[in-house]
Amino acid sequence: MIVNFLLIVPLLTVLTLLLVKNEQYIKPIALVGSFVQLLVIIGTLIQYLGAASLKNNGAMLLQTDVNWFAPLHIHYHIGVDGISMVMLLLTALIVIAAILVSWKEAFLQKEFFILLILLSFGAYGFFIAIDLFLMFFFLEIAVVPKFLLILIWGSGKKAYSATKLVLMLIGASALLFMGIVGIYYNQPNGLQSLNMLQIAQMQLPYHVQLTFFPFLFIGFGVFTALFPFHTWVPDGHPAAPTAGSMFLAGISMKLGGYGLLRLVMLLMPAAAQFYAPYIILLAAIGILYGAFATMVQKDLKYMNAYSSISHCGFVLLGIGMLTPVALTGAVLQMVSHGLMTALFFAAIGMIYSRTHTRIIEEMGGLLVYMPFISGVFILAGLASLGLPGLSGFTAEMTVLVGSWQQPVTAYRVATIVAAASIVITAVYVLRAIGTVLMGKGKIYSDDTPTDARWYEKWAGIILVLGILVVGIMPFLLLKLISPSILYLPQSIFK
Amino acid sequence: MNEGLIVTFLLCLPLSAFVVIRLFTGRRWQIFSGYLSTLVLALTTFFAFIMAWQYFFVYGKMDGAYALFVPIDMNWLVFTNDLSINFSIIIDSISVMMLLVVSFISLMVHVFSLAYMKGEQRYGYYFAYLSLFTFAMLGLVLSGNLFELFMFWELVGISSYLLIGFYYTKPSAVAAAKKAFLVTRFADFGFLIGILMLGGVANNFDIVQMIRSIAQQQALWEGAGTSFLGMSVLTWACLLLFMGAAGKSAMFPLHIWLPDAMEGPTPVSALIHAATMVVAGVYLIARFFPVFQMDATVLYVIAIVGAGTALFAAIIACTQADIKRVLAFSTISQIGYMMLALGVDDSLNGLHEGYTAAMFHLFTHAFFKSLLFLGAGAIIHTVHTNDMHEMGGLRKQMPVTHISFLIACLAISGIPPFSGFFSKEAILSAAYSNHKWLYAIGVVTAAITAFYMFRLYFSIFWNKPLSPVFIKKEGSWLIRIPLIILAVLVLITGFIPFGNFISANGKPLPLEVHFGFSVIPVSLSVLGIFYAAVLYYQQNNLPALLEKSFGWFYITIRQKFYIDEVYLFITHKIVFNVIGNTTAWIDKNIVDGLVNWSAGITYQFSVLIKKVQSGKIQQYVLYFLLGVLCLLAVVLYNN
Repeated sequence: MIVNFLLIVPLLTVLTLLLVKNEQYIKPIALVGSFVQLLVIIGTLIQYLGAASLKNNGAMLLQTDVNWFAPLHIHYHIGVDGISMVMLLLTALIVIAAILVSWKEAFLQKEFFILLILLSFGAYGFFIAIDLFLMFFFLEIAVVPKFLLILIWGSGKKAYSATKLVLMLIGASALLFMGIVGIYYNQPNGLQSLNMLQIAQMQLPYHVQLTFFPFLFIGFGVFTALFPFHTWVPDGHPAAPTAGSMFLAGISMKLGGYGLLRLVMLLMPAAAQFYAPYIILLAAIGILYGAFATMVQKDLKYMNAYSSISHCGFVLLGIGMLTPVALTGAVLQMVSHGLMTALFFAAIGMIYSRTHTRIIEEMGGLLVYMPFISGVFILAGLASLGLPGLSGFTAEMTVLVGSWQQPVTAYRVATIVAAASIVITAVYVLRAIGTVLMGKGKIYSDDTPTDARWYEKWAGIILVLGILVVGIMPFLLLKLISPSILYLPQSIFK
Repeated sequence: MNEGLIVTFLLCLPLSAFVVIRLFTGRRWQIFSGYLSTLVLALTTFFAFIMAWQYFFVYGKMDGAYALFVPIDMNWLVFTNDLSINFSIIIDSISVMMLLVVSFISLMVHVFSLAYMKGEQRYGYYFAYLSLFTFAMLGLVLSGNLFELFMFWELVGISSYLLIGFYYTKPSAVAAAKKAFLVTRFADFGFLIGILMLGGVANNFDIVQMIRSIAQQQALWEGAGTSFLGMSVLTWACLLLFMGAAGKSAMFPLHIWLPDAMEGPTPVSALIHAATMVVAGVYLIARFFPVFQMDATVLYVIAIVGAGTALFAAIIACTQADIKRVLAFSTISQIGYMMLALGVDDSLNGLHEGYTAAMFHLFTHAFFKSLLFLGAGAIIHTVHTNDMHEMGGLRKQMPVTHISFLIACLAISGIPPFSGFFSKEAILSAAYSNHKWLYAIGVVTAAITAFYMFRLYFSIFWNKPLSPVFIKKEGSWLIRIPLIILAVLVLITGFIPFGNFISANGKPLPLEVHFGFSVIPVSLSVLGIFYAAVLYYQQNNLPALLEKSFGWFYITIRQKFYIDEVYLFITHKIVFNVIGNTTAWIDKNIVDGLVNWSAGITYQFSVLIKKVQSGKIQQYVLYFLLGVLCLLAVVLYNN
């Protein structure tokens, strides 16, 4: 089955990287490995589309189920649906771009690329896992290597940031683990299953859902920068190396959103109904609060980190609103945010490597020296402020339209609050563009900073293409996402 | 020819010009970009003319009214069965009229720019952005889906941003571009909420369907819908749509971006900030007019805002020295007229004079205002200054510019038989039959308009003898031809029987000029011209005396009533410093403080308990003994 190759290819890449002696082969191998992975994903997509058109719904297909540890009913059980397909594609694009951006990484490059591929291995596994334990297992793989990545290749307060980030995410995992254990022991008829599809079918008792929902929700919420558990974001991203930031913002933050959709909505529809107002409240606060905090940041990476809090608030808002449109919008927003933040971090990294500063006020007139990088930066910014034709617009508008379908006045107020963020986003994006790229050119330590090199150009182009596809042809993604959203238990849509 | 095909051409041509220029012409080939996009625009204009000819003359009227076509309607982003963003095209009299105006003015500006922007370092970018703008604007006027319209609305905004900030090394241009985008963005926030509300009420985003569905829900427009702060859903939605329109059309108090937008190249101001983009707000309200006219309150608000803005901007225009800023304020004032006309549309007696008058003024204004801006561009190109006090006596130097500028000034002042006269008369007549006091404001504004326009005209072309610095001749033919064509159009467009083509219900509406009615406004305008001549025809000290006698009042007007300062205070001091910095502080110290505090507590706790593991055998024995005693106590107690 082709789905297994989604896990085999990254593992093989890691193994090859371990065995290679000659340093100059490391990057090509990593790149080829991630390209092969992209091909495997496309192959999976084709197979999935074929299978889905037969079934005519968005169920989990192409499943592989092997008994792994019988005493605890742990299975190696994987499969894909439309949402996982979209997330897999996103991950592959970002990993390729991240490898390209780090093409000049010279320090301990073997370990660097191994960790990067290992992280992506965790993410791929997470997105296709059906067994709860397996999901948790892959989530941990996608967290722990970040500690080393930030600690060794990071900058600034890296020890503090690495510890904080990993501790907060591990803390979240602990909550998740408690939630999973709770689900495991509280199934009707004394069953003990970890197969999420099976559990969803039997339906957990109402009180069990209510008790364990907060564990899972907060656990995944931390990953999605849920207010007030978001503070790992502004410290973690700036300290990480460029590829690390791209991975963190582009993929790690999506693990939470995906988990919420896949696990929480699937297993606890009744509790989701019950807790929806709180989710919406926290999401709306996060959107506006993150946007206001972004506005006054002085460091480009901090700016983008805080803006991620605001943008991920839209994911949570869409999830909290519990209408099919809003949930679809949440998935679109995950893709959109992943692509544009990765692009933003890539551009910031390219700028930093030339100006050796990330402080907004210390730069100016970069458009003269580096038109390509500036163009990429502007595009990422415009996607962030929701320009039609780029990904941010389709995603955020889908969330907003979906949210408006809830006729509750308080929910509509939350929607208006969320919509207000489009103004504040424009403020900080244009401020950054106006100060950093436009205006009088300043003199930097290299006498004339150069424009992007080929690998940087390709990294930019890949992500820009992704943004354009989501922005111009959202219906392609919707074809994958919508059926799978509608396949969720109907009881969550009132 | 099939309309769908023509429309596809119309939209794809400028878009492909943008893509081709941006992707394939680097610095070396950029010289061709100007010709390429001008050629493409010429084709676009040609198609627009075919479209208009077909619509108005080949198909003609059905049942005495022009019909509405939807030649293209494709799903783009489907939310539910009813709610979707479609790529849909609406062809009716106003969209065809706008099609003509946008493509034609854009063509004129392209031709003018070929000479004006010559030798510019980012020549290629300029024409690329111009094509992008034309695409977005054409898309805006053709949109048949409200969300689609909003998308093009935003695209128009971003191309305006890019063009205002074209000279991006100039800090003032960057600031102006940012300001323009942010102010309109703030208005678009209202627009977006309005779309969501209307879409929720109508359960559709298709404009035709929305209007039909809202008209059917009688309870809604009688104000019985769910109300919030005493206003019905419909009133709220319409007011929010008007907020978006007011932002784009620079209505008070969202007008502050337009004068600053003059930092862009002058032909851009002619195209975007005079003739096309800034009237998008008027167009939006005209497009949704069947909904707006269900709500008298909203119409009254529109009329008051329009009239107030017209007067307010005209007063400021009298004191500005930068010729482009004078023109910018006159644009604001004239769009105020259009809004006033829409607001006083009298649906009670079913005449709809205001609607037709607004569209008519939009049409004539596009020509004379772009002519004024292009004339100003020609002048600035020759004398390299924007300050009218540094000019004077240019009439001999630039005969073509002089005559065309004069024609445009007469038109905007409402002097017969120039085009502005007819449209302004229609507006005043609509206002007269509806609200007398709004009519009075309109007439006074007309007189002030005549005054400041001729202040401008006399200061540029007469006033003092020609300064010897300005030895450059009038620009090339590429600059003069658009001026001549536009001047001819300003002379003849007033005679178009406009009501025949465009009216709120499609039925012809004759706009008659009554001599008795026209006497008052025209004579007041002539008076305005007379005062301008007295003050500025020759250099004298009267203007200075006048300024002095007005004292602080004059200064307040020249500082645009300090509205920019108020905005700066709100945005910088309150939003940025107070809200933004407080949020960041709270995040760093309180939210993150709690995280760090919990880490600290854990650490303190471990410090506390690590003493237990001291490595001293005696201590362990002590603990052991204590433990045994405790256990003993428990056992004994339980027995």
